[in-house]
Order: sequence, then C-alpha cells, then structure tokens
Amino acid sequence: MQKVLKKYVAFFTFPTLLAFIIAFLAPFLMGVYLSFTEFTAVTDSKWVGIENYIKAFTSGGDFLNSLWFTTKFTVISVISINLLAFLLALLLTRGVRWTNGFRTVFFMPNLIGGIVLGYIWQLIINGILYQSGVTLTTDPKYGFWGLVVLMNWQMIGYMMIIYIAGIQNVPTELRDAAAVDGATPIQELFHVTVPMVMPSITICLFLTLTNSFKLFDQNLALTAGAPGKQSEMLALNIYNTFYGSIHSEGIGQAKAVIFFLLVTVIAFIQLRLTRSREVEN
Amino acid sequence: MKKLKRILALTVAALTAAASLAACSNNGTASSSQAASSQGTNSTASGGAKEIYFLNFKPEIADVYKDIAADYEKETGVKVNVVTAASGTYEQTLKSEIAKSDAPTIFQINGPVGYETWKDYCADLKDSELYSHLMDKSLAVTSGDGVYGIPYVVEGYGIIYNNAIMKKYFALSDKAASVSSADQINNFATLKSVVEDMTKHKKDLGIDGVFASTSLASGEDWRWQTHLLNLPMYYEFKDGDQDANTVVTGLAAKEITFKYADNYKNIFDLYLNNSATKPGLLGSKSVDDSMAEFALGKAAMVQNGNWAWAQISGVSGNVVKADDIKFMPIYTGVKGEENQGLCIGTENYFCINSKVSADKQKASEDFLNWLYTSDKGKDYVTNKLGFIAAFDSFSDSERPDDPLAKEVTTWMAKKDIKTVPWTFECFPSQDYKNNVGAALLEYAQGSKKWDDVKSVVVSDWKTEKAKS
Repeated sequence: MQKVLKKYVAFFTFPTLLAFIIAFLAPFLMGVYLSFTEFTAVTDSKWVGIENYIKAFTSGGDFLNSLWFTTKFTVISVISINLLAFLLALLLTRGVRWTNGFRTVFFMPNLIGGIVLGYIWQLIINGILYQSGVTLTTDPKYGFWGLVVLMNWQMIGYMMIIYIAGIQNVPTELRDAAAVDGATPIQELFHVTVPMVMPSITICLFLTLTNSFKLFDQNLALTAGAPGKQSEMLALNIYNTFYGSIHSEGIGQAKAVIFFLLVTVIAFIQLRLTRSREVEN
Repeated sequence: MKKLKRILALTVAALTAAASLAACSNNGTASSSQAASSQGTNSTASGGAKEIYFLNFKPEIADVYKDIAADYEKETGVKVNVVTAASGTYEQTLKSEIAKSDAPTIFQINGPVGYETWKDYCADLKDSELYSHLMDKSLAVTSGDGVYGIPYVVEGYGIIYNNAIMKKYFALSDKAASVSSADQINNFATLKSVVEDMTKHKKDLGIDGVFASTSLASGEDWRWQTHLLNLPMYYEFKDGDQDANTVVTGLAAKEITFKYADNYKNIFDLYLNNSATKPGLLGSKSVDDSMAEFALGKAAMVQNGNWAWAQISGVSGNVVKADDIKFMPIYTGVKGEENQGLCIGTENYFCINSKVSADKQKASEDFLNWLYTSDKGKDYVTNKLGFIAAFDSFSDSERPDDPLAKEVTTWMAKKDIKTVPWTFECFPSQDYKNNVGAALLEYAQGSKKWDDVKSVVVSDWKTEKAKS
C-alpha cells in the first residue's frame, strides 16, 4: 500500500501543488517582496528597504487606531459568537421538535456573501436608528455594534453546526456514568461535555478569531470606516492605504505583511492554548 | 502523530492568514466587454498593430464604446478591446491590468495628480494629431516639454435648478425675495434670501426641501469634498496672481490657509439647513438618492454637473422637463462673484501606454484621432457619448443636445462671465478628499465643529502633499 502511494504521490499532489504555487505561494512571496519596494504596477518596482514599514506606523495614526478597533471587535465577537453558538448547539441536541428546521434556519445566514450582508444590515440598522434621528455614521459605536451583530448573525450558525457535531460525539456512557455518580446537569456540562468537545472549541475559536480579525467586506459595506476612519478595521485600512494616496502602495503592502504576521502569531497562540486542553480519545 | 498535527495546525494558521494578504491585492473588478485574450494578434510585419486595448473609465457609456469598436474594426480592421472598470474602481483595475503582458494601450488619468502616479506609463503626445486639435492647450497634462494627457471632454457643474418650481415660487404673492426670476440670482446674498424664503413656503411649493440631500455616505461625498471645495481653493490660489493657472499654483502649494473657509461654510450650511433631509441623516444618502429627489420634484435645486441629465431623466416618475432644467453658478459670498460662471473643466485625460510596442501606440493614437476627427467618430462623440468635445474638429453645431450640456455651452459663451477651472485637480490625493468628506459628515451630524473641518482641510493638505 505504502509503495503504491509513493509511486503516485507526484501524480496526485502535482495539480494541487501547481495551483497552490501559482495562485498562492507566488503572489504571497511577491507581496512580501513588494512591501520593501515602491511600485505602481506590480511588475516594476524600486527597492526602498524597510522605509515602508516605518511609514506604516508614522504616516498618520490610522493604522494603530484600526488595530485597536479590530482587537476590540475580535475579542467581543469571538466570545459572543462562541457562547451563543454553543448554547444553540446544546439546545438543538436535546431532541426538541423541528430540530432540523432550526438548524437549517440558523445556518442559512452563512450562505450569504459579506457585501450583501453588509448592505442588508446597513438598511436594517439605519432604519432603526432613523427613529431617533441618527445613522450608522453618527458615532463609531453604532458601526462597532452593528459589525458585532452582523458577524454574530453570520457566524453563529456555522459554529453551531461544528459544536453540534462535537456534542453528538460525546459517548453516552460518559454521560450515564456522570448521572449515576450524581452529577448535576451543570456539572455534567462542565466536566463531561466541554472537555469532550474541546476539539470543536479549538476549531471554532480559530475560525472566529481569524475571520473577525480579517473582516473586510462586511466592514466595507456596512460603514466603510465612517465616521472619519473611526470604524475602519485593519484589512480595510490596508486597502485604503494601497489605493488612497500617491506612492503608498508599498506602505499598504507593508501593512499587509505586518497584518499577516499578527494573525499568524495570534492564531498560533490560540491553537497551542486550546490544543493543550484537548482530551485524547 | 502529535507533531504532525501541530505542524499541520501551524500551516493552516499561516495559510489562512496569508489568504487575507493575497486577497488584498486582488480587488480589481474589470468587466470585459469583449474577450480580452489576444494570442497571436501581435503586429504583423507590414500593417502595424491589429489590436489595441482601451480601458474605459465611464461605465454609463460602456455599450456605446462597444458599437464604436465594432464600427472601427469594420472600417480599419483594427480590433479595439474595450474593457470598462466598474464604477469607482478605475485605479484598482488599471493597476492590475497594466501589469499584464497584454496591457491597456489607451487609459486615462484624472489630471496632474494622476499623472504623478502613472508618469512611467504615459507616452509623450506632443506630436500627435489629436493634440493639435485641442482647443485650449493649457488644459493638457504636461511635464517639461512633453504632453502626457489630452483632455477629451469638457464638463461643467453648478447648482442645477428646476425652473418650474422656481417660477411657482416667484409667482407667490407673499414672497420675500427681491428678485423675480431665478436667472436674476447672481450672488450669495440673493440666493440665500430666495432659498430661505422658499423653505418657509415649502408646503405651497410641494417640495421637501429646496436642496436635494447633501449626500455624505462614504464614496458619495465627492460633490462636497471635491466639487464644492473647488471654489474656495480657486479663489485662494487666484489671490496671489489673478491670471495664474490655479491648478499649477495649487500643485506647487505645500501648504494652504483655506482663506475662504467662511465662504465654503456659507454655501454648505445653506445646503444643510434647507435640505430635503435632516442633517443628522445625511450619512446614509447617496448621489442617486439626491438626484431622485430632484427628478421627482421633491427638491428645487441640486449641485451637480451636466453628466447628471442622464441620471435625472432616467428616474422613473421623473417630473422635470428638459426645458425647465437650468444651471446656476455656485455662489459663496466672495466679492465680485456676480461675474463668476460655472465650474468648467475635466477630469478625463487620454493617455497612451508608453510601455507597449510602438506599433500599438501608433494604432491607439489613430483610433483616438478617428474618434474625434472623422465624421462617424464625431457623430458618436456628440450624439451617443454626449460629450462636449474639447477639440477644434467639432463645429458649433456638433454639440450634444441634452439640456444641461446646452446650458454649459451657453454659460461658457456668456460675455463678462469668468468660468471657474477645476482647481481640485491639484488636490493631493484621494485620501485627502475622503478625509475632508468624513470631516464634513461629522460637521453635518454635529459631532465636529467648523474649526475642526477647517483644520482637517489645512493639515491633511500638508501631510498628503508631503507624501508625493
């Protein structure tokens, strides 16, 4: 078996590898290179060293502002999405009536694209805010909470499905044993269910964390950073830097590299932390 | 196994993050109207280039260019690929298209600031025939001896008003204004008294507000952060030297004082306070919204340019008749503004890509020349594209017949009236304009004082200029 696999390894991996290199690795390496240059079109560029990285932080305080905004947003949405999704998953594994119907309905928002969602929620939220004579752009806090609501609405269903799968995999013997030993439902939840679904928690935290951090289209469609740049998240900030001013493509690229490192480090730390709590089956 | 898992996890983490990085450079959306592939169509030995590529800026007339391309191919055998960038994404599209081996041969820039970005790609058009036809040579984008961008259309903007509503107002028995028709308004004081009195009679006139909404949603604020801001900047740069080209002065200005800030505030406040929408809600309004208000007769005036006619007449339920639609200059209360005309200029300059083969450059020049000098091409320009062309190959009768374009020509021909050039071409960057727009929004919503707006206009000028 091993031998056969080895023989065909090139055949099976080559197409994907090629696609991966063309569509991913090459642009990525090019992107890193470009962050050290000044360029207009990606094919001809002038080396400027780390100047772009310095400018990323010094030319206007926007980058740090949006980093802070993004961090706040990520913390709040990661917690709320996972809590709500887990609660829903618990409810929908109890055999309530219409379970499948509910699961479908909760999952559906995830199928709509970010831009569309952003505009839909912009209409909804503005419609409500109009009553008191303000709009989404009046205060960055409306944009912030608007984004949190939007993100929750979109991601909860997806995370719920992952949690449901995790919860369904908890062996009934364990639960029965806990019940026989006189554990209350709360104790059972924290000492049996949660440790057993730790792998799902790892995945869900990872997905919500990175997705919240990288949020772009929803941000663009909902507020586009208004008022000022006060509700501008990192990805949008990078985009605006790239296209906004003359000769600042390199700065935008440098910001993108910093952004990449940040997301990687955070995601890696999170994976380490939650992995260590997983129970080996 | 555990180790493998860990490596896998790390890789996944890195890749997901990297996906965002890759995605950032991938936002150009171009809609190709013809297949853009051109394998095997490189220049043949004798006949020059057989195919050129025009990256069009104006989505609203993309279909016309398709017809033009078809006709041109029929006549000359040269295929013109027309690709149109989606609205508001021209820079993005150009940046990604120009990096391709089959790059646009004709593209456009928005003026001297755009040239700064694209100067490595702009061919010198000094000897081109099209340039020789350009009526006002000072409009071209030049650098040193070279001519790098040729303006192809003249556009004008001001306050568009619906004369039907104005007539209704001037017929009122208890009107307070001293003038008796809209064309007698020739300064800010008169405009203000008329507008404010009209607001009082809102119900009688059947309007929601005198001015259509001051659209300040993101991306929809160019009428204020660019077009309206043009006037105080024009006066500021003109102050030093009456005859100076204000764009040139502006380009050289590392700092500005925003001397005419109060004049800007005059007109902007007038827009806000007599609007169809409460100032606090303007952050959600788009240009389309405000053009629709105007078209439906809910507002009597709206600031916009001659390109707006298509938009107004396209609104279903449009009640504005072509005869009733008129232009008025934007008055801001500057001394001597009775002689001020509309803001006339262009932000559309043709450039030819200097990095494509000489044959292709030549073919591109020929195409533009055909479009603006041959009878067939001129017919397209005047009647289908609706351009007021900037070339002497067009006679006076070859002007578009839409009412706003006619108004622009009328205003340009008026004696003693001095048109205001598009000084905003010297504004340092898109970011600058966006920041000003954001400050205006916050001012409209009451979360910023006027002085804050002023300081954004002045300080961002300095920081953005320093970048270029």
